[in-house]
Amino acid sequence: MPDVQALVNMFLNKLKKRKIEGSQATAKQTAELLRSVISQQRVPRTNQAGALIDAVRAIGEQLIVANPIELAVGNIVRRVLHIIREEDLSLTTAAVAELNLSTVSDDDDDDGGGGDQDDRPVLSAAAVAAAARNTLRPPSLQMLLEGAPDFVAVPRSSSSGGDSEGKSKSMDRNSRTRKLKHDIIEAVNELIQDITTCHELIAEQAVEHIHQNEVILTLGSSKTVLEFLCAAKEKKRSFRVFVAEGAPRYQGHLLAKELVARGLQTTLITDSAVFAMISRVNMVIVGSHAVMANGGVIAPVGMNMVALAAQKHAVPFVVLAGSHKLCPLYPHNPEVLLNELRSPSELLDFGEFSDCLDFGSGDGSPLLHVVNPTFDYVPPKAVSLFITDTGGHNPSYMYRLIADYYSADDLVVQRRHAAGN
Amino acid sequence: MGAQKKGKVAEDAMELARNPLQAILLADSFTTKFRPITLERPKVLLPLVNVPMIDYTLAWLESAGVEEVFIFCCAHSRQVMDYLESSEWHKQPNFTVTTIESHNSISAGDALRLIYERNVIHGDFVLVSGDTVSNMSLTQAVKEHKERRKKDNNAVMTMVIKKSKPSPVIHQSRLGTDELFMAIDPDTKQLLCYEERGEHPRGAISIDNALLADNPSISLHNDKQDCYIDICSQEVLSLFTDNFDYQHLRRHFVKGLLVDDIMGYKIFTHEILSSYAARIDNYRSYDTISKDIIQRWTYPFVPDVKFSANCTTKLEREGMYKAPETQQSRSANIGPFTVIGKGTRIGDDSRITHSVIGEGCTIGSNVSIVGSYIWNNVTIEDGCELRHAIVCDGVIIKEGATLEPGVVLSLKVVIGREFVVPAYSKVSLFQQPTAQDSDEELEYADNSSGAIDPSIADAGNKLNGGIVSESSQIQDWSSSQLGPGGAGFIWSACDGGCEEEWRHSVAPIPTDQLAKALLAMEDDLEIVNVQENALTPSGELKPGSDDDDSDNMDDFNVDTVDFEKEAEATFMRAAEDNIAVDDLILEVNSLRLSYNKSAGDCAGALFYPMMKLALESPYNTAVELQKNVASVVSKWHKLFEVLAREVDDQIELIMKFEEMCLESTKEFAPIFSQILHLLYQTDILGEEAIFKWDDERKDADESDRVFVKQSEKFIQWLREAEEEED
Repeated sequence: MPDVQALVNMFLNKLKKRKIEGSQATAKQTAELLRSVISQQRVPRTNQAGALIDAVRAIGEQLIVANPIELAVGNIVRRVLHIIREEDLSLTTAAVAELNLSTVSDDDDDDGGGGDQDDRPVLSAAAVAAAARNTLRPPSLQMLLEGAPDFVAVPRSSSSGGDSEGKSKSMDRNSRTRKLKHDIIEAVNELIQDITTCHELIAEQAVEHIHQNEVILTLGSSKTVLEFLCAAKEKKRSFRVFVAEGAPRYQGHLLAKELVARGLQTTLITDSAVFAMISRVNMVIVGSHAVMANGGVIAPVGMNMVALAAQKHAVPFVVLAGSHKLCPLYPHNPEVLLNELRSPSELLDFGEFSDCLDFGSGDGSPLLHVVNPTFDYVPPKAVSLFITDTGGHNPSYMYRLIADYYSADDLVVQRRHAAGN
Repeated sequence: MGAQKKGKVAEDAMELARNPLQAILLADSFTTKFRPITLERPKVLLPLVNVPMIDYTLAWLESAGVEEVFIFCCAHSRQVMDYLESSEWHKQPNFTVTTIESHNSISAGDALRLIYERNVIHGDFVLVSGDTVSNMSLTQAVKEHKERRKKDNNAVMTMVIKKSKPSPVIHQSRLGTDELFMAIDPDTKQLLCYEERGEHPRGAISIDNALLADNPSISLHNDKQDCYIDICSQEVLSLFTDNFDYQHLRRHFVKGLLVDDIMGYKIFTHEILSSYAARIDNYRSYDTISKDIIQRWTYPFVPDVKFSANCTTKLEREGMYKAPETQQSRSANIGPFTVIGKGTRIGDDSRITHSVIGEGCTIGSNVSIVGSYIWNNVTIEDGCELRHAIVCDGVIIKEGATLEPGVVLSLKVVIGREFVVPAYSKVSLFQQPTAQDSDEELEYADNSSGAIDPSIADAGNKLNGGIVSESSQIQDWSSSQLGPGGAGFIWSACDGGCEEEWRHSVAPIPTDQLAKALLAMEDDLEIVNVQENALTPSGELKPGSDDDDSDNMDDFNVDTVDFEKEAEATFMRAAEDNIAVDDLILEVNSLRLSYNKSAGDCAGALFYPMMKLALESPYNTAVELQKNVASVVSKWHKLFEVLAREVDDQIELIMKFEEMCLESTKEFAPIFSQILHLLYQTDILGEEAIFKWDDERKDADESDRVFVKQSEKFIQWLREAEEEED
């Protein structure tokens, strides 16, 4: 346990100091951290899933507070919580199914405990439907699918699941404990796998979207976009890319360099030239920071301008997002801090302007104020299509997709703080 | 060869791995600028935007990859150590914090000497003070420093600088420090000169000639700010130990190294461009840096990022930061760039702008707060008005009181009802220590202890205990000083001079002071102009020098005077010790070369002491004097033969003699022609020179022709002799 605490502290530190860049890296590290938390967590004989959920939730809370801007952290915490619930549910249902064959008495007990879990069947139904539709569904859904048709109404609450078992089954329980943990870790491993491979899964769909001799516009730099474009290039599509430089961090320059290195015809433009160029563009393909439940996108600053330009000229605006970027929160949610203001030094040279920032003159209030927001919010109506690792989706469909990955119980991880506000 | 190289690389890697980056953090500034607050609390624990200063420094060091920090505590060391123990810094992975305590260090120099004795530093280290706010990355600077060290073992220190323009009117940086002049070699970034304007009131900085001669290019800056972040090699500590009189890091150590060219230690600079670094030196920099933090120049060390134990704060519109659990009346008006701490309550119709409010404060209704810094647990009752003030922990400001700009209220002061605290006053529960000389050494001796005089401390303890519990104690306070019910002493602003108070205060500079400074600046310019004109005539030793390059002339004159003195001294020494003429010639020649003078100048310079020598030996009549001269001249004539070979030099010599006869040694006036004859006989002067001199004087004034007339006969004789020869 102490070494887990050290790991957690180290990761917290990194998050606090904003040392991890990019949501994919953050998501992956969060998942790996939570995996070790789960594997080190000692579980009691009863209510094992509850204990795990509490442990993950406690750490998740700290992680989210450490960097509230990086929504991927919260997403992964919620997904791990969801995985625990799902695994527990599938085990319980399996156990109850066994019991059902022998005795009926357990059913009453279960019904009593399940009174407060009315939303469960609905979600399960949705999940089942979603799982049936998706070819690339998460493994946890598959397990749910196996158990669900028989026991749709069975409560998911682990406590009742634990109580429902007879004392005579203690031997079996021991193995169940191990099985639960094992299954959860397996599932988290697959989640990590998913995060690592999301680029490839998204890139696979490139050929369906990019056609011969098209002109693609993108802003700033995103690894997903880079892979996506390169995948199309590898499939012998010839097309041109306009890269808007993405001031003030100018990551577009890096993207242009990469693209040229991979042999793509690239044109670099300033952000302010987007509107002038958009009429020649066939499709806008951009990365994102996070995708909200309503289909709105949080993306690097300047993105809304590109989206509006695209809308004006009826150019499709396509957003690429790995599943770890799907956030179950709505942008009006108080938990969501939409933006982060970075240092003004990215915009201008402190030395040159130091005389404008002399607070010793006048009435002491600075006349010059430099604001450097990191993100933009693109409303769902400006987005034509989302491409995630499970395929292309309409913005209005995002909330359904999100329901597959998260449990409604986990949406608010920080209960106490929410109450305080 | 390849293997060797590889081995070396591996060795370097090993060395890097062996020596984690260390830092020395001085948790004491060894100054009195933050008095009276620092009488009760160490400067590094003063809150800066609601976080103790030392947390900014530690957080930055930690994120910059420093693994081991030695915190040197001196004044109030107990408080610093207690704070560190309760903080989270001890629990950080890969980051160890060690405190070193001392009670008798009086300066940074003493601190470094003590650390050297402890022998804890094993390689290059970062030297900062506990009031540094920065977000710079040290990797580049440390790498540069190490690379330089590999090439040149004398590169002992790298100083971090940042561009920041000083105010042209009041000649101080935006941090309230004096304008700084630096000479830097633009290629190697070596620091060649470091001067603060404060030490040169006229703003004139003199640069050593040798500096210009030795370096092909020098760039002079007055727009660089010293960040007081130094990357030092181990030698720095031993240098401090060797030079036990080094106290101040800049005034003594840096200047000492720059002046001392025997050891050849070098200091280099590293300029940071996009990152931020500054040190809180006085109240003005406290204000400026607070505002920089609120404006996020120090990102990620800003209030809404949890970088230390500070609580989560949310950034709202217009740069307004609010911690949770604040209560704010709906009618309260909170303006831009304001930070509100946890658990603070703000009453109706209060207005707050550009201010920082700490935790647990209670602010009544109709209060107006502008540009002020209010620390924790402060109570401000209804109708108060605060402008540009610092209000420390536990202060109570009663109904209707007013704080004028620049006021500092130290811990637990109580301001009475409707009392107006005058501008720039400092109020403390402690009596002001008896007036002290602002002599530097005293300054050190005084604050070093950091410990307060026992009598004051006693009084303070009594007060701290007393105020709250005993009401009788309150009556002890002279109610006249801080209004009814007030508690505290107003310090008179004697140290530092009250006229200068506005320079370093939190309040912006009042416009009338600015206007005054502007006028003074114009006067300065005029004075400089006048001086330039005035200096030229003062170059009396070189009459007829050009007015245009009076600057150069000035230097030149100084040089000439020096040279003549030196030459005279050399000659006298030679005369006393009976040194051979040849040796003297050698010596004079070397002197001539070092001052870059011509042989004629030497002859001129030596002629005077020689004649004086003749004058010194006793004589009664003119004839005797003439004899004296003859003996002296016969002894030294060889010197002048060598030095005054050219005709021009000889003419110069005659003119010099003329001048002497008129001014300093009038005794020679009657026998001018005789001596001239003598000099001719001893071959010091040639006929040609004498003729030329005569020609030159022909159309001069009557007064100038006195000696020509006197020696008319001699010249006549000379000319005749020459004609005969022909």
